[in-house]
Amino acid sequence: MTTMTIAKALNAGLRRALEADPKVVIAGQDVGKLGGVFRVTEGLQKDFGEHRVIDSPLAESGIVGTALGMALRGYRPVCEIQFDGFVFPAFDQIVTQTAKMHNRSAGRLLVPLVIRIPYGGGIGAVEHHSESPEAYFCHTPGLKVVTCSNPVDAYWMIQQAIASDDPIIFLEPKRRYHERAEVDETVAPPPLHSARVVRTGRDVTLLAYGPMVKTCLDAAEAAADEGHDLEVIDLRTLSPLDMAVVHESVQKTGRVITVHEAQLSLGLGAELAARISEQCFYSLEAPVLRVAGFDMPYPPARVEDEYLPDLDRVLDMVDRSLAY
Amino acid sequence: MSDASGASGEVELIQLLTPEGERLEHAEYCFSGDDNQIKGFYRDMVMTRRIDTEATALQRQGELGLWASSLGQEAAQVGSGRALGKHDFVFPTYREHGVAWCLGVDPVQLLGLFRGVDLGGWDSLKTRFHLYTIVIGAQALHATGYAMGVERDGLVGTGDPERDMAVIGYFGDGASSEGDVNEAFIFASSYNAPIVFFCQNNQWAISEPIERQSRIPLYRRASGFGFPGVRVDGNDVLAVHAATTVALDRARTGNGPSLIEAYTYRMGAHTTSDDPSKYRLADELEHWRLKDPIERVKAYLTRSGSGDDAFFADVEAEASDHAADLRQRCLALPDPRLLDLFDHVYAEQTPYLVAQKAEHADYIATFEDAKPESGEGLREAQPAATGPAQPASWGGVH
Repeated sequence: MTTMTIAKALNAGLRRALEADPKVVIAGQDVGKLGGVFRVTEGLQKDFGEHRVIDSPLAESGIVGTALGMALRGYRPVCEIQFDGFVFPAFDQIVTQTAKMHNRSAGRLLVPLVIRIPYGGGIGAVEHHSESPEAYFCHTPGLKVVTCSNPVDAYWMIQQAIASDDPIIFLEPKRRYHERAEVDETVAPPPLHSARVVRTGRDVTLLAYGPMVKTCLDAAEAAADEGHDLEVIDLRTLSPLDMAVVHESVQKTGRVITVHEAQLSLGLGAELAARISEQCFYSLEAPVLRVAGFDMPYPPARVEDEYLPDLDRVLDMVDRSLAY
Repeated sequence: MSDASGASGEVELIQLLTPEGERLEHAEYCFSGDDNQIKGFYRDMVMTRRIDTEATALQRQGELGLWASSLGQEAAQVGSGRALGKHDFVFPTYREHGVAWCLGVDPVQLLGLFRGVDLGGWDSLKTRFHLYTIVIGAQALHATGYAMGVERDGLVGTGDPERDMAVIGYFGDGASSEGDVNEAFIFASSYNAPIVFFCQNNQWAISEPIERQSRIPLYRRASGFGFPGVRVDGNDVLAVHAATTVALDRARTGNGPSLIEAYTYRMGAHTTSDDPSKYRLADELEHWRLKDPIERVKAYLTRSGSGDDAFFADVEAEASDHAADLRQRCLALPDPRLLDLFDHVYAEQTPYLVAQKAEHADYIATFEDAKPESGEGLREAQPAATGPAQPASWGGVH
C-alpha cells in the first residue's frame, strides 16, 4: 500500500503501462522535461526516453492526429491535452477520424488510443481552463469516455484504458489531483466500464463522477446529520454507462439526482434521466432531478463557486426530491 | 522586405540599436523619429514593465488567479504598438500588455481578466485592441478575417492615409505550430489581406524550446505561403518600430500580408503557474539579460544627451505612482454577479435561460433572507422544503 495523490497515481499507472508494453508511448505539450503542467508525467521521459515520452509541438490536432497514425502502426499512444478548453482544435481528429476508424474498416482496424484531459473547474483559472466537455465525446459513437475520482481508480483505470483496443477519452478531475488515498497495487481492480456504489443509503441516490463524487459524499455526510440517508454512485464510465448499478440503487431508493459540473442541457444528467425513467419508471417516487452547471459559458473565476454545483445545491435538490 | 527561404543561408536580423545603445544604419530600414519619440518609447517600456511587475506581485499575493508576464518583450510590444496608425486594429494573444498600453487600454482591465472578474472588460472596438485570446493561435484567423472585411470596406489602398487601415495579429513561437496560424497565412495570402502577422519568438512555449516548433527561422515560413517575412531584433524598439511601420504601410496600401518575427526572450515564467527552472538554464537568462530592451534605450538616451537623470527619475516616479494606483484599483474591482451573466449568453435572450436565471435568483434569495439569523454555513440558512416543488419551465432544476 502506498499513499498517493490522484496525480501521482496516474503517474504510477502510466509508468507501469510503459514498463508492461513497449508499444505504449506518451505524447503531449510539455509532458517530457517538465512532466506536464500538472506533473502527471513527471520523470517518465527521463526513465523511458524521448522516443516514448514525446514533447509535442504546440498543436492539439497534430498531437491526436499523429497519435492516431501511430496507433494504426501498432502503438498504444496516450495523448495529453493540456487543459479541457484546448481539446477543441483536436476535435476533428477525435470525432471524425479516431472515433470512426474501427467502424469504417468494418472492424479490421484498431485504434488503442487514450486521450487524457484534465477537466472541470474550481481552481481559479482563466478562461478555457475549467470546462467539462464530456458530453461532446459521449455523444460520439466509437469513443469511450471514463473519469476517475480518486487515486485508486486513477492508478488502475489509466492502465485499463491503455489496455483497451477502443479509443478512450480519459478525463481527470484537475481540482482533485492532490487528493490522497492508499493505493494497493496488488489488488485486482473492477472492470473499467463499471460504476461503483461509494456510499450506501436508502433515501435518495446521487449519481456523480469525477470532481463531483467528493461533493456528493460531503453532501451525503451533511444530509445524514439531518436524518437523510443518501446513496452515492461514482459512475466512473460515462460511455458506455453502467446502468445495472444505477437501476439497482433506484429500485431501492426511488429517488435519484444527477450531479455534474457540465452545463445542464443535453448533459450526462439528461441521458441518465431518460434511461432511468424508461427502465425504472415504476420504482420512481420523484422525477429524476439534475444539479449541473448553468447553461452559460464557464464564468470568470470570481463567481465559479456559485456556478459550480456544491453541497448546498445538492442538498437543496435532495429536499426537492424528498418533497414529492 | 527581404525574403529569404530554406533552412540554409545567413539569418538576417534587423537591428538599429545595439544592446550597448549604439544606433546602427540599415540598408532598408530606418527609424525616422527623433529622440523625443525615443523618450516616449522608453517611458512606455518602463510603464509596461512596472505594470507587469505589479501584476506578478498581485498574483503572488493571491489577488490575481494568474498572470502571463511580458517581461523582456517590452520593445517588441511597444515598438509595434507605437507603429500603429490611428485606424489600425489589433488582435493580441494574452501577453500583449505593452501593446494594450500603447492603445490606451486601462491596465486594470487586463488585471480584471486575470483576477477573474470578467473575461475581458475593455471596449475592443473603441480601443482597437481585441479581447485577449487564450486558445493558442486562434486569433490569427480572426485577424485575417477582420482584415478581409477591411479590404471589402474599401479602406485599403485608397491613397488617403486618413482612411486606409491595416490589421496586426500577434502570436508566439508556439502558436506557429497550430493549424489555425498556418491556415491564417493561407487565407491572408490568398486574399491579399491587409494584415501584419507579428510573431514574438520568445524562444519558449512553456517548457518547449523553439527547436521543437521549427527547424528553420520562423520568418522564413512566410515565403512558403507567398508573402515576405523578416526577423527583427525584438529587444530593439527602434528596429521593431521601423519594421512594423513598413509592414503596416504595405498592408494599408493594398500590398498584402507580411510576417515579422520579433526575436526576443521570455525573461519570466510562461505564467505565474510555471517554474522554468525545471527546463531551462540560468545561463540563457543571463545571456538575454545583457540584451535588455529598456537598458539599451537608456544607454542611448544618456549618450545622446536627450535623457538626463531627472528624466529617468521622473519616469520611474511616474511608473511607481501608476503601479500604486493600479494596485488600489485592482483590489477595488467589483466581483461580477453570476445572475448578470445569464444576460450575456445570447444577443437574443431565450425564454429558457430567463427561467433558469429566475430560478437561480429564487434559490440565492433563500440565503439572503436567512442571512441575519445565520452566522454559520449556508446550509443552515436554508428553509426546509415545504411541499412538492413546481417544475420550472426549463426543467425545474439547477
